[in-house]
Amino acid sequence: MNFPANLKYRTTDEWVRIEDDIAVIGITDRAQDHLSDVVFVEIVVAVDDEVSKDDVGATIESVKAAADVNIPVSGTVTEINEGLADTPETVNSDPYGAAWMLKIKMSSPSELDDLLSADDYKALED
Amino acid sequence: MFTPHTENERQDMLHTIGVSNLEDLFQDVPAKYRFPNLDLPPAMTEMEALDNLNYLAGANDTTHDLACFLGAGAYNHYIPAAVDNLLQRGEFYSAYTPYQPEISQGTLQAIFEYQSLIAALTGMDVSNASHYDGATAAAEAGVMALNQFRFKRTKIIVSPAVNPQYRQTLRTYLNGYKNVQIVGDEPGSNPLEDPNDLANLLDDNSALLLLQYPDFFGCVYDYAQLIEKAHATGALVAIAANPTALAILKSPGEYDADIVVGEGQPLGIPLSFGGPYLGIFATKKKYVRKIAGRLVGETTDAEGRRGYVLTLTAREQHIRRERATSNICTNQGLMMLASTIYLSLLGKQGFRQVANLCYQKAHYAAQEIAKIPGFSVETSQPFFHEFIVKCPLPVEDLNLHLLDHGILGGYNLGSDYPSLRGHMLISVTEMNSRDEIDVLCQVLKEGNHD
Amino acid sequence: MTEPTIFELSSPGRQGVRFPDAKVPEYNIPAQFVRQELPLPEMSELDVVRHFTHISQFNYGVDIGFYPLGSCTMKYNPKINEAGARLPGFAYTHPSQPIETVQGNLALMFGLQEWLKEIGGFSGVSMQAAAGAQGEMVGIKIIAAYHQNNGDPQRVKMLIPDSAHGTNPASSAMSGFEIVKIPTDADGNVDFKAVKAETDETLAGLMITNPNTLGLFEQQVLDVIQVVHDAGGLVYGDGANMNALLGIVRPGDLGIDVMHYNLHKTFSTPHGGGGPGSGPVGVAEKLVDFLPGPIAEIIEEGTDEEAPFYGLVMPEKSIGRVKSFFGQFGIFVRAYNYISMLGAKGLRQAAEYAVLNANYLRVLVKNTYHIPFDRVCMHEFVAEGRWKDASEARALDIAKRLIDYGFHPPTNYFPLIVHEALMIEPTETESKQALDAFADALLKIAEEAHSAPELLTSAPHNTPVGRLDEVKAAKELILKDQSLNK
Repeated sequence: MNFPANLKYRTTDEWVRIEDDIAVIGITDRAQDHLSDVVFVEIVVAVDDEVSKDDVGATIESVKAAADVNIPVSGTVTEINEGLADTPETVNSDPYGAAWMLKIKMSSPSELDDLLSADDYKALED
Repeated sequence: MFTPHTENERQDMLHTIGVSNLEDLFQDVPAKYRFPNLDLPPAMTEMEALDNLNYLAGANDTTHDLACFLGAGAYNHYIPAAVDNLLQRGEFYSAYTPYQPEISQGTLQAIFEYQSLIAALTGMDVSNASHYDGATAAAEAGVMALNQFRFKRTKIIVSPAVNPQYRQTLRTYLNGYKNVQIVGDEPGSNPLEDPNDLANLLDDNSALLLLQYPDFFGCVYDYAQLIEKAHATGALVAIAANPTALAILKSPGEYDADIVVGEGQPLGIPLSFGGPYLGIFATKKKYVRKIAGRLVGETTDAEGRRGYVLTLTAREQHIRRERATSNICTNQGLMMLASTIYLSLLGKQGFRQVANLCYQKAHYAAQEIAKIPGFSVETSQPFFHEFIVKCPLPVEDLNLHLLDHGILGGYNLGSDYPSLRGHMLISVTEMNSRDEIDVLCQVLKEGNHD
Repeated sequence: MTEPTIFELSSPGRQGVRFPDAKVPEYNIPAQFVRQELPLPEMSELDVVRHFTHISQFNYGVDIGFYPLGSCTMKYNPKINEAGARLPGFAYTHPSQPIETVQGNLALMFGLQEWLKEIGGFSGVSMQAAAGAQGEMVGIKIIAAYHQNNGDPQRVKMLIPDSAHGTNPASSAMSGFEIVKIPTDADGNVDFKAVKAETDETLAGLMITNPNTLGLFEQQVLDVIQVVHDAGGLVYGDGANMNALLGIVRPGDLGIDVMHYNLHKTFSTPHGGGGPGSGPVGVAEKLVDFLPGPIAEIIEEGTDEEAPFYGLVMPEKSIGRVKSFFGQFGIFVRAYNYISMLGAKGLRQAAEYAVLNANYLRVLVKNTYHIPFDRVCMHEFVAEGRWKDASEARALDIAKRLIDYGFHPPTNYFPLIVHEALMIEPTETESKQALDAFADALLKIAEEAHSAPELLTSAPHNTPVGRLDEVKAAKELILKDQSLNK
C-alpha cells in the first residue's frame, strides 16, 4: 500500500496536498482498498461554497460499502472533479492522482496541524 | 406439530451439548422472571383452529355478499385464479430477501419484471422493489425530496385532495425533522379547489409538491402547467397515482412528474381489510440513488449468463446505518409478485379493458344517480371511477339503509373533510354490474322517501 | 439456465384474461387525457403460468430445505395459515366498511393484540406498523413523544450497541435523535460501563436487542435497563429475536418500555421473498396513549349470550398514523392462528427447541469454526468463516459452497463486530437429522478450504447462474427490461 510522503492524512482516510493556499483532497489507497470496486462518486459541495473542517464533501459507494469524504480544512471550494461521476473506478486505480475530489482555498491553514504524516498514518493500520 | 424432536433425539442433543435438561440452556435469563405462565387459551388442533377462523370470518360481511361501491384508496377488482395459485408456490413465499442471488433468481427476476412494469405504467425511468403501501410510499417521497435538497429546502406542499391517510402518514414520518413544514392542506382549505391555485405556495424553499391523480375524489386534472411552475422554482413534484387509471389515462411521466407513488392494491391484491398492500415508488433516472428501498439490476455471471442482483445496496440501512436516508428493510415481496403476475395475465389489452369498464360504469352510475331527486353529483371535473354525491340524508344513515339492501355504500367524506359532510364518494369498478348500479339507484331513491 | 422476461415472451394480440362487456352506454374520455402508448406484455394464461413456475424453480425456500439465515427466523410456515388468511370472510372485506360488518376482523385483531401483550408483558399493543423496521420507527417516535410530553425536549441522545441491526440507527436518525454507539464487552454483552457513562439529562433512551445479534442473552440486562431508567431514559427492545423468549421471559417484565414484534419471524408468517412483514409494537403502561392507531378496542362489553362489540380507536396522544388503514391484516390472521394452535405450552416449546437446535449445532461445529463469544447461546450463534492456515477461503465462499451441498447459507458479514461472520439460526422446526446433515457439510467444507480451496472460491456449481458481477450491475444500472428503452 502506497502513502506518498508529500501528503498529509486524516485518520478518517482522506489525504491533503498543499498547493500554495489551496488544499487538494482525495481518499487514500487504504480507503479505496477497504471499499473495493468503487461504482459511484458524488461531490456534494459546489464551487464557491464556504465549507468548514469536518463537513462532508463527497460520498463514495462501492458494491458493498459507502463512505463519506470529510473535509479536512475550512475554506472556499475552488474546483471539484466532475469527471469522477463518469469514471468512479479511478478512485481504485489512481487515488492520489486522477481521483482528487475537491480543491479548497484555505481560510485557516493552521487546521492542517491536526493532520498526520504518511508514516503516522501508515502506522494506524489495524 | 411444528417441532419434530422425539424424546430420544432431545436427550441425545442435550447430551451432545453437555447439559442435562432444557432449562439449563436458560441460565442467563434472570431467575425471577424465567418461565412465566402465559395466560393464553389452550392449544387447538388444525381442525379446531380452522373452525375458529371460519367462525370469525363468518362474522364479517364481505364484498362477495354485498354490492361494493366503496373505494377511497382500496378497490374491489377481479383477481384471476392464476395469481393466487402461483403465489402459493412455496419457492416464492417461503423464501426471504434474495441475499444469495444464485438461489434467488426467481424472486430477483420477478422484482426486475415488476420494476419494468411499474416504470412502463407510470412513465418513469426506474421503480424500486416496493414500499409497504401507498401512504408510506407518499411519505418516502417527502423524505427523498428533503434529502435531495439536503434539507436546504424544507417546505412540502400537499394538495388537500391527496388521500387523507397519505397526508397523515407523511406528517408522522416527517415530524422528527427540524424545521420541515407541510402546507397546502390546512384545515379550512377547500379540498375541491383548482389544484393550479397551489402554485401560489411555491417558492425557493419548496422541496416537494405532492398531488394525486386521479385525486382522492376521483377527479382527473391536467397537471402540466402546475408542474412546470413547480420546476421553475426548483421543487420536485410527486404524483400519487391509481395504477388502474394509468391503463387509459396519460401517465404522470407525460406531465413531467419527478416521482410517482401509488397504492398497488388494485393490481391483483385482495382487499383483506386494509393490508398487506403494495407501495409503488418510481422516479426519474437522475434520482435513482435517492430512492429508498431495494433495487434489482441485470448483470451476468462469469460465463456470460444473464442474471439479476440487488444493486446500489450501499444506500441502504444495513450499510449506511444512521446515515441511510430510509430505514426500510423488508418490502412487500409477495404483493409485488402478485401485481407482476396480475399485469402479465391481463396484459396490455386486458388491463385497458378493466380500466375502461371502471370508467364506463362509473360514468353510467353518476349519470343515473344525478337523476334521483335530492341527490346531486358534485364532481364537475373529468373523473375516472369515483365521484362525489351530495346526499339529502346523513351518509351514515344512508349507508345503513343501503346495507339492509345488500349494498356497501360509498365513503363518508365528512369523516375527513368537515366541509363535505353529507357527501359520499362512490366508487365503481368492473365488479359492479349494470344491474347492481340500477339497484343502487333504486334503493337510494327509496331511502330518500322513507 | 435462464428464462426470458415477460416482455421477451410477449406476443402482440395475446390476452390472458377477458372481461364481460360493460352493458352501459359509451362515455368518451376527454381527448387531452387519453393515453396512447401502454407497453405492457401480452401473454396467454399458460405463458404466464409456465413463466412464473419456471422462475420459482430458481428459488430456494423453507419448503425446499434447511434455511439457517441468522436473524431472520426462517421457521416453517404452516399451510393452514395460508388457507385461513384466504377465507373469503377475511380476504374480501374492505377496510372502510361500517364496523358493524367487520366484527370478525376486529375480534381477531383485538385477540391478537391481547395475546401479544401477554406474551411480551406489555400494557398496550398497536398492530399498525407494516414491518419490523417500521415498528422500530414507531417505537422511537413514541420515545420522542414521551419526552416531549414531559417537557424534556433536550433528551436527544439514543444509545445503540455496535452489534445492532442497521435499521436501529437508521430509524433513530429519521426521528431526529443523535446516535451514540455502545461497544460490546468481552463476554458479548452490551458494555455496561459505556452505557453508564452516557446517562445524563440528554439521554433519551437505549435500543437493545435481546438476545443480541450474537445470539447471546444480555447477562446484565436488568442492570443496563435500571441505569437507563434511573437517568430518565426509556429502553427500546428490538423484538427481532423474540423467538428465543416465547414463554421463557417477557421483555416487559425485564423493564423494556417499548418493543416491536416481527410476526414474519416469531409467529410463522411467511417471509414472501422479502415481505410483507408485520411489526406490531408493545408498550408499558406509561406509553399506551402514544401508540399509533387506529387500534381495535371493545366499545361495548359482551355478555354470556352476546359477543362484545368492537370498534377502532385512536389513542389520546397518538404519534399518528404510519400507514394506510390498520396494519397488515392478512398477516394477523396467520399469526393469530399460529398462536391459537401452539398455546402457552407450544410457544415455550418453540423457544426451547429453537435454543436447543442452535446450541446443538454450535457444539457440533465449534472445534472447526472459531466462535468468538463461545457460551451457551440462545436461538442463534455467530461463527467466524476464516482460518489462518486456509486464507483463500472466506465466509462468502463457505456460504456459496453450502449451496452446492443443498443448503441455504447462513447470514454473512453480520453482525459487523465479528470478522467474516457466519450467523446461524436453525429454528425449532428443523429435525436433528437436518442439523446433523448441515453440520457435516460445514465440517467437509472446512476440510475442503484447506485441501482444495478452489471448490469454495468457484462455488456454487449447480445453480441456474454462477456468482454474478455486482460491479457491472451497479455501473450499468439496467433496472428495467431493455425493450422499454426503445
